[in-house]
Formats: sequence, structure tokens, C-alpha cells
Amino acid sequence: MSFQIKEQPTVFDVCIIGSGAGGGMAAYQLSKAGAKVALLEAGGYFDPADPKYITQLKWPWESPRRGASTTRPFGDFDAAWGGWEIEGEPYTRKNGTEFDWFRSRMLGGRTNHWGRISLRFGPDDFRRKSIDGLGEDWPITYDDVKPYYDQVDKLVGVFGSIENMRNEPDGIFLPPPKPRLHELFIKNAAKKVNVPVIPSRLSILTKAINNERGQCFYCSQCSRGCQAYADFSSSSVLVIPALKTGNVTLFTNAMAREVLTDPTTGQATGVSYVDKEKLTEHTVKAKIVILAASAGESARLLLNSKSAYHQNGLANSSGVVGKYLHDSTGASRSAFMPNLMNRKRYNEDGVGGAHVYSPWWLDNKKLDFPRGYHIEYWGGMGMPSYGFGWGIEGMNGKYPMPDGTMKPAGGYGASLKEDYRRFYGAYVGMSGRGEAVASADNYCEIDPNVVDKYGIPVLRFNYKWSDYEIKQAKHMQDTFEEILTAMGGILSGSKPGPESNYGLAAPGRIIHEVGTSRMGNDPKTSALNKFSQAHDAKNVFVVDGGSFVSQADKNPTWTILALSMRASDYIIDQVKQKNL
Amino acid sequence: MKRRDSLKALTISSLGVVGLNPQETLAERRELETSLPDDPIKVPGGRQKEEAIRDAKLMKEKFFTPQELATVTVLADIIIPADSKSGSASQAGVPAFIEFMMKDLPQWQTPMRGGLRWLDVESRKRFNKPFTGATKAQQIQLVDDIAYPGKAKPEMSQGVAFFSLMRNFTATGFYTSQMGIKDIGYMGNTPNQWEGVPADVLKQYGVSYDS
Repeated sequence: MSFQIKEQPTVFDVCIIGSGAGGGMAAYQLSKAGAKVALLEAGGYFDPADPKYITQLKWPWESPRRGASTTRPFGDFDAAWGGWEIEGEPYTRKNGTEFDWFRSRMLGGRTNHWGRISLRFGPDDFRRKSIDGLGEDWPITYDDVKPYYDQVDKLVGVFGSIENMRNEPDGIFLPPPKPRLHELFIKNAAKKVNVPVIPSRLSILTKAINNERGQCFYCSQCSRGCQAYADFSSSSVLVIPALKTGNVTLFTNAMAREVLTDPTTGQATGVSYVDKEKLTEHTVKAKIVILAASAGESARLLLNSKSAYHQNGLANSSGVVGKYLHDSTGASRSAFMPNLMNRKRYNEDGVGGAHVYSPWWLDNKKLDFPRGYHIEYWGGMGMPSYGFGWGIEGMNGKYPMPDGTMKPAGGYGASLKEDYRRFYGAYVGMSGRGEAVASADNYCEIDPNVVDKYGIPVLRFNYKWSDYEIKQAKHMQDTFEEILTAMGGILSGSKPGPESNYGLAAPGRIIHEVGTSRMGNDPKTSALNKFSQAHDAKNVFVVDGGSFVSQADKNPTWTILALSMRASDYIIDQVKQKNL
Repeated sequence: MKRRDSLKALTISSLGVVGLNPQETLAERRELETSLPDDPIKVPGGRQKEEAIRDAKLMKEKFFTPQELATVTVLADIIIPADSKSGSASQAGVPAFIEFMMKDLPQWQTPMRGGLRWLDVESRKRFNKPFTGATKAQQIQLVDDIAYPGKAKPEMSQGVAFFSLMRNFTATGFYTSQMGIKDIGYMGNTPNQWEGVPADVLKQYGVSYDS
């Protein structure tokens, strides 16, 4: 192995690290504006329309494990290359706390398999401290971001319905798909217990919006990536079009090591990276460096970019980089629906994900926890995969056959085959996704003792849920029980109680981690200004979830896209004004 | 004709092309590719190279002995026999699927191998023959003692746990096969236009899109 560092001969206008939602949007906007962009991606090339990568419309028997999650956390057909554990790329935890860190190593990152839930933050979500005294307000308001949400809606496409709910701002929507049968049941039951249920807001094209991307053909498999480009993935919708401008040089399998800075000015001069296949060391020179490697990876990069000028790591004179890490909360419950036994068969695949959801509907001032949650729903006649039919012995002795007779649990033979048929499609479930309160005590930092296989110091996490999140999860469980009972469901298992924090998922499991380089007006308490620009180095930006001050009870992607677009506009403007 | 080719021909002729399981075809193709030492692994669409290498390696390994595989096949067909709607578990390739899963998820190896052994020991005690050597009536007599968790005698509990495991693997293998998907009536995984729940179904459940 040669240890010679190979330098790109040219100086790029911009070097972007990471090709997910934030990096893809910056690459798209800046390349369209004429900037020469170097785009670094730590994983391989991926195009959801290339047969080399397509898993969409494959059948379970095309996987020897029938889609089991042995090598991919969400199963063989899921589009994510990576997971919570990646060989040779460890991370650690301290003080006996938990945090699970999901990484997708591929063009487009985690946008290839995500749920496409595309919710705008509402006016309240930018000023939580003013409302409940906890955490911090954002340095920007909904009105600052609204024009960018509008542009993202038009550029990327999202379906939904106009609801005029104050903190669930409407967007520019394509028509939503009609609810499935169990979703109609949910809607009716939720009404009885005063929980609103409205059409989902997903970035899936129920109508074509341009000639480059097709219309949804309702296979329900967005998590596999879409060969028609009918849903939002950064790979298909942003990066591949950006490459077509001719202004983007893409470096795949390029694992960023450090942001390089000038020892006298402290400004970024480029990025050093290791080529993961050849194990060679490289540098890319650029006038502006944009970090978009994910909240965790960008914090890691900043903290690893130490110099005499930036002794605490880049953009970290405040010491906040890595702090205020927070993921969405998550808890679930499911039920069996006796009235759906022996149901008529038809194709109810629909779009990928639920056609309806419940936005947060209560006033936290009247509750014993400060932040809200939304509810996602699932159920119906899906494609069988590994695990199908498992545990029938816990079901088939409890419910009568169509002729009213009972039979003992378990069994075998032709009669057992009848059981699998009668129970098929008769289950529903729901998951709460809530806002956690950002805290300086929840953080990632550089582990002083551990490096990955490229010699890059790794992250060490310290994360504990507080009573706020645990009480919220308890409320979720009560709500789930109310809705499921009101719809005639027989709840699965026993109700999660305090022994399991009411089923609250471990931090990191919802894959919405944000907050590690938060924005703010005060350089002493924030890493970035309100344009996602580092207070300490004006040619350094962070456009992933790191800039978030608080996460809201919404999914982060739409806000990452809007803020990255906003930062890109600002960069174009500042270059024009010769400030950058 | 090379031995592998003759085996392949035997598979096709003995099962008939109609009954041929695509999974087995795939398995065979993979075996063919990986058994040629100088030939690089062909990565199937939608797989990463490391995954293809791992799958090919598992395909080459054998877990069940011929005797164990024979027992698995008999049990799978007792659990899911052919009926008026669809074929049997073995016709759907379930034994080969279970063989693969033992290598893919090794935590199942001991419960499965030990359970098969438990079954043979019990069969020998009763009939002086391994399970596959017993008559059909004897096999069913033994299965009846372990197939119903709520009714089984306490001394049969290990057998009950094993049979439940076998039932679960058999059902998953069957209903994720082409034959099983047709049986269960899943009608999706194909381009279409979602227009909502069919009118007769809305009527059946007394729900509508108007409310």
C-alpha cells in the first residue's frame, strides 16, 4: 500500500460530503446554479432504475431466505445497504446507555429505503422553548422556511390533503390515495375516541410531475427503491439529475476523514478521504465545504477535524458539536381483527406505507409530558415473506371456524392450511412517533480509544430517555389500546408497562437522529448560524439533521430538504456578493 | 454428461417442469456458478457482492444428513399436505428452504437437529423404528401427541416445542413459495392503479368513502 496522498488537481467550488437528502439537495441546487461540485459518498453507486440494483417487484422465493433480515436489517429486498452494525465501522456507548446508529452506505443514503413521510414542521415546532420552557427556540420561524417547503413540494412531489390545521401546515399536494379497508376501520374507530385521522403526506407521485419521473404504480414497495422514480430518493430525484448538469464529480466509496482548514484563517480548504476499495488516501480541494453525512457522521467529522486553529474540532468553539443529539420516540401495538377473518381477496398493495395517519391532536399544557407524537398505521393483505404464519398455534385454537366450530390450537394437515387462509390479512397495528426533548446530556463524542478499519476515530454515544419521553410512550400505549379496542380488535400480547418504558424503542431505532450541530444566533451556544453556516468558519456548512434545534413530532426529511435548499440559496447569494 | 448435469436432468424429469420450484433452480444456478473455482461469483440483481458470496457459500454447505432431510420432508408434508387448492410442502420446495435457513440462521440448528433426534428416539421407543421407517398410522399417532400444545401430555413438551418450530418453518416456506402465494390469494406485487376498496367489500363491512 502506498501512503502517498493523491490530490485532485482542480479546486472545486464546493465539496459536499454525503449524498442523502441534505447533500443531494445541495448538489442539485448548486450544480444547477453552475458551481463545480465534488460530491463524496462513503458507499457505492446506486440507481433504483438499474436492474443491477432492483429488488422491486421481486417475489419472496427469489430470496433464498424469503426476505429474512439476516444480512439487511429490514430484509433481503430493502434498499438500505448498511444497517445498525457495519463490519469494520464500529461505534461505542458509555455509562451503560443505549444508542443504535443506522448508516446506509450508498448513493442517496437512507433516502433509498425511508418511509416517504414528508411532513412540514409547524409554526410551534420552531419555538418550543417559548411554549414550554424546555430546550431552545430555533433562530428561524416557519415563515422563513415556508417558501422552501413550497419549492420542495413542487420539485420533489408530495401527496396529501388540505386540512387547515394550525401546526400541521398544508403543502402543495398531489391527490392522496383512498384508504384501505382497515384504514377505514381505523378512521371510524379513532373518531369515536376523538383522535383525528387524515390522509398521509408522502413523497410519492400519484400523478406524474415531469418527464423524468414516472407515476406510482401501487406496489407498496417504496422501501425497495422505485425503478419508475415515482417516490423520493435523493439518488433518483436529486443526485442523478445533478450529475446530468456535468457540473458534479461524484466520488463513491469515499470515506471522509477530515475537513482540512487553513492554519492562519481557519477557513476550510478541502476534505481528505480514504478510498474504501483501494485503501488509498486522497484530498479534494474546495472553496466551500458542505457536510451532509448525517447528524452522527457530520459531528464525527467536525470533531475529528482538529487543528491549532480549531482546537476543539471544527465549528466547535462553543463545545456543542455532538450534544443535543435526539431521535424520535417510538412505540407500537398491534391487534387481530376477528371481523376480517376469511376476507375477500383483492390487490390492496397501494402506495408504500399507510394511506392515513394521525397528526398530534392534544394540548401538552394539559398533559404530564411536554411534546407530542403522530401515529402511523399498518395492516392488510400484504405479500407474505419470511415469518409468515409463524405462531399460528397461538391463534387457531381461539377463534371459531366459519361453521362456528372450535378446534384445538396447533395441529397439521388440510385443516391447518384452512387456518392460514382464514387469518390472512386480519391484523392491524400502529406506531407512535414522537418528539423527544433535546438535552445536552444526550450526545456523541469521539471515543478516545477506538478507531474504525480506516483508522478514523469513532463515535461514542451517551443517551438516556427522560421521564418526558417515557410518559409520552405511556400515553401512546393508552391511545393505541383505545383505538384498537374501539375498532373491535383483540390486542396482541400484553400491554407494555413501566418495566419496558411502555415499549419505548431504544434511542436511534427510529432513525431520525438530529441536533448534533444545532443552529442559533449565539455562537457560544450553537455551532451554526441560521443559514446552516458554521459560526467559526464561514465557508463550512452542515445541511443534514445536525442543524436541528428540536425535532418536532414530524419526520425530519422534508425539513432537511427545505433547510438544505435554503442554505444553498444563501451560498449562491453570498458568492455573488463576494462574501464567500 | 457431467455428474452435476445428470443430477439437474434428474431433478427436472422427476419433478416435471411444471412442479419445478424457481427457488431450486436458483439454488442450482448459484451452485453451478460458485463451484467453478476460477469463475468469479455472479452477483444476482438486487444483491451486494458480499451478500452474493455469502449466499453462494451457504448453498454449497450441507447441514441436514440425508436421514434428517428425509424426516423433515415427511413432517413438512404431514403439516402441509396437498389438498384441493394447492400442493404439498415438499412440492413447494420447503425442505430445501429449511436446509438453507439452518445455515443462514445457525441459532435454529440445535433446536431443529435435536428435535429431529427427539422424534427418532421417541419413535424407536414406541415402534422400534426411526420416524421415517414407521408406518403412516404410527407417524400420525406420534404427531398427534405433539401437534396440539393445549392438549399434549407434559412429558411430550419438548416434542411439542419441536413440532411448533417445524410447523412455523413449514408454513413460512410454503406460503412464501409461488404455490403458497397463489394458495393464500395474495394478488399484488404487480403494477396497477389503486382505486380504493371494491364496492362489494365496502358494502359487506358497512363502510364508505363518504363519511
